Amino acid sequence: MILLQAPFLNLQALLDGLMVGAIFAFVAYGMALVWGVMNIINIVQGEFVILGGYITFTFYKMGLSPFIGIPFSFLLLFCLGFLIYRTIIFRVVSRDMFISILATFGISIVVQQLMNIGFGSQVETANSGLGTSFLFDGNITLSHIKIFSFIVCLLGASAVIYFMKTSKLGRAIRATAQNARAARILGVDTEKVYCYTYAINAAICGLAGSLVAMTYTLHPYIGLPYTVRSFMIVIVAGLGNFPAVLASGLGLGTIEEFSAYTLGQEYRIGFVFLMLVLILVYRSRKLAKKREYLK
Amino acid sequence: MRKLKKVFVTFISAIALTFGISSANAQDTIVLGSAISLTGKYATNGEHTQRGYDLAVKLINDKGGVKVGGKKYNLAVKYYDDESNASKAAALAQRLIEQDGVKYMLGPYGSGITIAVAPVTEKFGVPMVEANGAARSLFTKGYKYLFAVLNSADQYLSSAVDLAADVNKKAGKKPSSLKVAMAFEQDAFSLDVKLGVMERIKHHGMKVVIDDALPKELNDMTATLQKVKALKPDLLIVSGHSKGAMTGVKQITDLKVDVPLIAMTHCDAASINKKLGAGNGDYVLCGSQWHKSLTYKDNYFGSASDYAKLFEKVYGYDPPYQAAESSAALLVFKDAFERANSLDQKKVRDALAKTDMMTFYGGVKFNAGGQNTSKPMVMFQVQKGENKVVAPVKWAQAKLIWPAPKWADRK
Amino acid sequence: MFADFDKKELTGLAFLLFLGISTPYLFSGYRIQMAELFLFMVYASTWNIQGGKMGYNTFGNIVFFGVGMYVCASTQIAVAFPLGEWTAAGGYKTFVHTPQQYFLGIPLGILLAGIVPAIIALIIGSALLVLRGHYFAIGTLGLGIASGEFATSLEIIGGGQGMTVPFWPKVAGLPHTFLGGGVNFFFTLSFLLFLAVFFFLRWLYKTRFGLILTAIRDNEDKAESMGIPTMHYKVTGWVFSAFFMGIAGGIFGNINGYIEPTEVAFAGATVGVFMVLMTILGGKGTLWGPIIGAFIFQLFKEFFWTYFLGWQLVALGALIIGIIIFFPEGIMGMLRQKYPALFGEVVDEEARLAQVTINTDD
Repeated sequence: MILLQAPFLNLQALLDGLMVGAIFAFVAYGMALVWGVMNIINIVQGEFVILGGYITFTFYKMGLSPFIGIPFSFLLLFCLGFLIYRTIIFRVVSRDMFISILATFGISIVVQQLMNIGFGSQVETANSGLGTSFLFDGNITLSHIKIFSFIVCLLGASAVIYFMKTSKLGRAIRATAQNARAARILGVDTEKVYCYTYAINAAICGLAGSLVAMTYTLHPYIGLPYTVRSFMIVIVAGLGNFPAVLASGLGLGTIEEFSAYTLGQEYRIGFVFLMLVLILVYRSRKLAKKREYLK
Repeated sequence: MRKLKKVFVTFISAIALTFGISSANAQDTIVLGSAISLTGKYATNGEHTQRGYDLAVKLINDKGGVKVGGKKYNLAVKYYDDESNASKAAALAQRLIEQDGVKYMLGPYGSGITIAVAPVTEKFGVPMVEANGAARSLFTKGYKYLFAVLNSADQYLSSAVDLAADVNKKAGKKPSSLKVAMAFEQDAFSLDVKLGVMERIKHHGMKVVIDDALPKELNDMTATLQKVKALKPDLLIVSGHSKGAMTGVKQITDLKVDVPLIAMTHCDAASINKKLGAGNGDYVLCGSQWHKSLTYKDNYFGSASDYAKLFEKVYGYDPPYQAAESSAALLVFKDAFERANSLDQKKVRDALAKTDMMTFYGGVKFNAGGQNTSKPMVMFQVQKGENKVVAPVKWAQAKLIWPAPKWADRK
Repeated sequence: MFADFDKKELTGLAFLLFLGISTPYLFSGYRIQMAELFLFMVYASTWNIQGGKMGYNTFGNIVFFGVGMYVCASTQIAVAFPLGEWTAAGGYKTFVHTPQQYFLGIPLGILLAGIVPAIIALIIGSALLVLRGHYFAIGTLGLGIASGEFATSLEIIGGGQGMTVPFWPKVAGLPHTFLGGGVNFFFTLSFLLFLAVFFFLRWLYKTRFGLILTAIRDNEDKAESMGIPTMHYKVTGWVFSAFFMGIAGGIFGNINGYIEPTEVAFAGATVGVFMVLMTILGGKGTLWGPIIGAFIFQLFKEFFWTYFLGWQLVALGALIIGIIIFFPEGIMGMLRQKYPALFGEVVDEEARLAQVTINTDD
C-alpha cells in the first residue's frame, strides 16, 4: 500500500535490504564453512557477532574511533574461537549433529550472560560519525556507514574465498570438507583444520559484529536472530556454494525489508522463521519425490 | 538395590541442602522481598530499581529505622533475580512468600513482570508497593494489596499529543489536520502508552498515517523511519523501552529524518542525550515520571535535587526516574508501617490504602485500585544534550523548541 | 496392576508417590517447585516419545504447551465473560468468577487444552514430519518461535500484553485459602497428570506401537520397506505428546497466574530446551530416564537460583555443556554401561572385551 503511494520507497527498501543482507550473508558464510567442514551447526554464531560488536563498542566508549576496533574484533574473536574449539568443540565434533546444536546452545547462554555482566544490558551503539547521502531530491537516503559495511562484507567474503583457493591451510580445509578421512590419510592434520576453521568463523562473526555495532544497535540478547538468519541462508544456498550464500543472503535481506514495509516491523522475525519452516518442508518434499523415482 | 537406595538418600539430602538453608530472619528487622531483573533484557533498569531501593533502605536505617509499637526496626530487602522473565518472577514471588516467609513485597521492574507478580501477592494477601509497573490493567483487576507510586502508562505520552496540538494551533494549523506516525513495541507497557495516546489523538481528531508494531528483538527500524520520511507526519511517537529510544534516535540521526516533534519514552534510561554523540538526541520530547529539577520535598532525602546529588555521590551517575520512584516506594512503606503501628499484613495494607504524603518524588495518594493519583507526569525535551522540563508549565525550565530544526540546518 | 513391576521400579514409584502425596502436608512451602518438578517430568517424558524413542529431535513441543495454556485460560474465562473484554488493554471492568463458573471452567479448559493441541499436531505433523534429522529439529524450532510471534499479535488473547488467569474463587463461609488457595489443587493436578503420562507411556512402549517407534529410530527406510506406514505412526506419536503437553500447559498457566506469549507460553529458549536437556541428562529412549533427568535438573536449577544470584544462567549454560560432553547417553546410559546386570542384561565378559578391542582399532 505505502509502497504504491510512494514508488521510490521500493528502491529504498531494495537498497536497505541489500545493505543488511550483506552482513547476513557474511555471517552465514562463516556458518556454511563450519557446517561444511565440521558438520556442526554453530548456534553461538549470533553471540559471536554481538561480542565482536561489543569489542568495537569498547573502543568507541574509550573515546577512540570505532574503526580502530574493527581489527581487534576480528583478532580477539579469532582467539576466542580457537579457545572454544580447544576446550569444548573438539569433544563434540565427531558426534551426532544434535549434540553439537545443544553444546553450542549452552555456550551461547554462557556468552550472553557474560556479555550481560561485562557490558550491561543497555542498548548500545558506536557512532561512526560518517555522514549521509541523499539521492533523487532526498527521496533516497543512504547512510555512509551502511555503504561502508556493505563494501567491507563483500571484501571480507572475497578475501576468504581467495584464502580458501590459494593458501595451504585453505586447501587443507577444502580437502577436509570433501572427505575428512581421505584428507587424514593423505597427511592433513584434520584436528588443526577443524580448529582453524572454527576460529576463522568466529573471526568472520567478529568483523561482522563490529559493523553491526556501527550500523545498528547492540544488546546482549539480540544474537539469536543472526544465528537463525545465517542458518536459513545456508539451507537455501546449500553447503560449499559460496556465491549462492552471498546471493541468498542479499535476497533474504531484501525480502525481509519488503515484508517490514508491507506487513510491518513486528512480523519481521516471525516472517523469517515461518519462511524457514516453509523452505525446509518444500525442500524435503522435493527430496521425497526424488526418492520415489528411485524406488 | 542397595545402590539405588543410596542414590535416593543422596537425592533427599540434596533436597534438604537446596531448600533448607534459606530462611534466616534476624530479629528487629522487617524483611521486604523483591524479584528483580538483575540479568536479561531489563537488567539496566532492574539495577536502577535495586539501587533506588537500596539507597532508601540505607537512609531510613541510618535515620533511626522504622518505629512500630514503640520498637525500632531496621529494613532489609531480600532479592531474587527474575532474569527479566515474567514466568520466573511469578515463581520467585511465590518462593519469597512461602519459603522465605517474606510478609511485604516491593515491586519488580517493568509492567509485564509486575502483572505476573501481582496475582501472587494478591493470593497470599501480601501488601506490595511497586514503583515500576505502569500498565493500566494492573489497576482494574480489583487488586486489594497492590499499590503503585507511579503514574499509569497511558499518561506517559498523551500530553505530548496535547502539546503538539497546542503548538500547531498557535502556529495557525488546525489540530485536526495533523498527521501522526506511531511505532510501539508489542508489550504490556508500550501498548498501554498507545492506549493513552490514541485517546488524545481521537479527541483532537488527528490522523494516524503510520501505526507500526515493533518486535521485541528490535535493532533496526529503518522501514518505519523511511515511511516517516515519505509521509512527513507532524508528530512521531515511539515507545519501546530503552532499546526503542536508542534504536530510534540512532537511526533518525543516520537517516536524517525530519519531524517537527518526536516523542518517546525511556529517554533518560537510555541516556539518548549523551550516548549518541553531541546534539544527535536533541529536540526529542520525553515522558518522565520524575525529574531532578522538580520542587518536591520530604524529610528524608530533602528536595528532588538533593536526592539526585546523593544518588550521584553513591552510584556515580544521575538518577533516572526509575531509581527515584523506587526509593519513594520505601518511604511509602515506612510511613504505612508507622501509621499502622503494627506488623500485621492486613493493618499495613489498610494504612497503605490511606496514604497521603509528600516525598521528594511527588505526592502519594492511592485510589481504590491502588494507583497514585496525586502526581502528574512531566515532559522534558533534550536541549543541547541536557534534559530540560518543558511541561507542565508549573515546573518548566525551558520553552519547548518547536518545530525541531531540519537536519540540513543543524551544524 | 503392579504385577509386572520389578523392585527397582516399585521403589522409584513409591518415592514419587510419597513426594506427590506428602508435599502438601510436609513441604507445603515447596508446592510450587514440586508441581513444576512433576510438570518437568511430563515435558521430558512426552518429548522422549519423539526425541528418544522415535529419533526425531523436536524443539516444537513447546507449541502444544503454549497453545494448551492459552486454550485452557481462554476457556476458563469464556465460560463466564466475553474473552475480548477480559483481555482488553487497560479495560475499566473488574471480573470475578463465582465458584460455579470457576469449577465449570477448569475441567472444560483442561479437556480442550488437550484436544486442541492434539488436532494441531495432527495437521502440522503430516507436513513437518517429512523432515529428517537436524532439518526437523530446526524446522520445529522455527515453528515454536513463529507461533510465539503470532500469539503476540493476536489481540483476543491479549497480544503482547498477555492475559491473567481467573483467580481461585472466594466461597462464602470458607476462608480465602480453602484447599490451600488453589496451590494444592493445581499441585495435585500436576501430580495426577504425571501419573497418567507415566502409566500411559509404560503401557505404550510395550505395545507394537512402541516397537514401531523404535524401528523408525533405528532405520526408517527399512521400516517403511517392511510395509509399516511410518508417517501414520510418527503423527500419532506426536498427537500423544501434544495432548499431554497441552494439558501440562493448561495447568502451568493456572499455577503461574499470568500468560505472556514469548516468555511463559511459547518459551522455547527455556522450557523448550529444558525438556530436551532433562531427557538427555536422564537417558534418551528409556522410560525412567526423563524422570530422573527432570529430578536432577530441577535440583540443580533451584540450587543455582539460590546460591548464584546473577550468575545462575552462566552456571546453567556450563551445566548444559557438561551434560552434553560428559553424559551424552545420560545417567541411565551410564548406569547401563557400568551395571548392565541392573538392567537385566547378561554380559559375556569375553565378548565385551572383544568389542572394546575392535572399537579401539578404528
